[in-house]
Amino acid sequence: MRAAFAQTLADLAENDSRIVMLTGDLGYMALEPFSQRWPERFINVGVAEQNMVGIATGMAEAGLLPFIYSIVTFATLRPYEFIRNGPVLHKLPVRIVGVGGGYEYGTAGPTHHGLEDVGVTRLQPGLTVVAPADHQQARSAFQATWNLPGPIYYRLGKDDKTTVPHLNGSFKLGHTQNIRQGKDVLLISMGNITADVVVLADLLALEGIEATILVVSSFNPDPTDDLLATLAGFKVAITIEAHYITGGVGSLVSEIVAEHGLNCRVVRCGIRNSPDGLTGSQSYLYQKHGLSKQALFETTLRALSKDREVNG
Amino acid sequence: MTLAQEVKQIILEQSKRANVGHIGSNLSIADIVTSLYTSILQISDPDDPERDRFILSKGHASLALYASLYLKGWLTKEELNTYCGEDSLLGVHPEHKLKGVDFSTGSLGQGLSMATGAALAARYQGSQRRVFAVISDAECNEGSTWEAVMFAAHHKLANLIVIIDLNGQQAIGYTEQVLSLSPMSERWKAFGWDVHEVDGHNSSQIINIVEGLNTVDDLPHVLIAKTTFGKGVSFMERQIKWHYYPMSDEEYQQALNEIRGS
Repeated sequence: MRAAFAQTLADLAENDSRIVMLTGDLGYMALEPFSQRWPERFINVGVAEQNMVGIATGMAEAGLLPFIYSIVTFATLRPYEFIRNGPVLHKLPVRIVGVGGGYEYGTAGPTHHGLEDVGVTRLQPGLTVVAPADHQQARSAFQATWNLPGPIYYRLGKDDKTTVPHLNGSFKLGHTQNIRQGKDVLLISMGNITADVVVLADLLALEGIEATILVVSSFNPDPTDDLLATLAGFKVAITIEAHYITGGVGSLVSEIVAEHGLNCRVVRCGIRNSPDGLTGSQSYLYQKHGLSKQALFETTLRALSKDREVNG
Repeated sequence: MTLAQEVKQIILEQSKRANVGHIGSNLSIADIVTSLYTSILQISDPDDPERDRFILSKGHASLALYASLYLKGWLTKEELNTYCGEDSLLGVHPEHKLKGVDFSTGSLGQGLSMATGAALAARYQGSQRRVFAVISDAECNEGSTWEAVMFAAHHKLANLIVIIDLNGQQAIGYTEQVLSLSPMSERWKAFGWDVHEVDGHNSSQIINIVEGLNTVDDLPHVLIAKTTFGKGVSFMERQIKWHYYPMSDEEYQQALNEIRGS
């Protein structure tokens, strides 16, 4: 998704002189499509994320369109209050680009795991959150949103190869993408774990269980209407995200189900534990936190069997 | 009465009317902010994109700003009298939605970064406009202030002019006892700034120094303005209490008399 972002932004900059890019000393072998084409509009501010957000706020007030880049945790958590009091409070079009949501930087250790970024950003009213499921959707989401008047947080993955079957790069702000129709269970996914969710649906199909998959790729505005319409047809919904179970898509779905009194059980799959300091690859950490395809499969079967127990 | 006296009188009147504090902090920068609005800032209209920008990074001294906006005619008396009222844009800390306020502030250590971005934007846009930021000495406790200090020096943002309100006090202590900032001038020089020490209550000195600055191709500029917290009101000067305390009726009358007679 990083390559799609850098290339698309470099192209947009051709016709929009407002676009500038700032990085907090990250993006080696990722941002060059922009930095080499527009060196005078590219600034490495150094390892200073708070200042980067403050600078972007000052530039946006003057009519520029700053994109600021860092790893998910450093893009959102370190400068969080600057985001709150800067682009959010001033309603300015600063674009915060965080790379590596979830466990994409698995072996880098807990400081680099982006597990609460969607939660803290969607908490801020008016801060649009875009979390694409693959690089094709990242490109179309970026095309659809880059010129919005308010601030945006983009949660981008590092993976520029994997594509989510049937998603075909579709994106509509404030809407879900329905990439599979099935009557037995609803799977709701966010971010780059979505390709695994499609495999999960295949595994379930082998057991005769047909799943619907909804992809949630944006918040603020939330895809509430789409979720409501689909949730109403299911007894069990499984939310899947490489994120703490609080704050992200599992929270959103639970809020909607509770507020509208839907008769649907929500099972949130995500990270539940405090950081234990142990490192590992993304796939290992998925396995450890119940997010491997097999673990998700078992969780879904358990949820469905419990539903049958309860509802006969 | 001079304009600076009027600003100080408004600070006292509004603080008394709203029964709030931060009076000492406001009096500390009243002469600086008055100098900016009377003789330094080039703002034909608060909505003019080419206006000089002003950021009151020590947002808790907003009354000095509101009083100046009122004296410029950008704020009505009725609006001024809503200070700290219900549904008012005039809170203890400035809000950008208010005409004449470029940036919302109140969280210390954020203003200088925004000012730096504003100065960088002017350079990008080929504009000669300048950016002024008033920061407190205690804001130099914040690491983010120094992030911006380094950035502005590295990029030689000559159109950025910072005025430090060096009153030696912070919310609940004296800076030398809380977290020493000395030597302030040497620190900023070491970070690559053009440093000027000034008397923060001497308007003509402040104005003369700013007029002499090269804001096109030079280092960023800082005026280290030695000030007295609570300046002009004898019982407030250098007293920690007057960071937060509101005035009694007697204290208000005495303060008014001293400001009017100064």
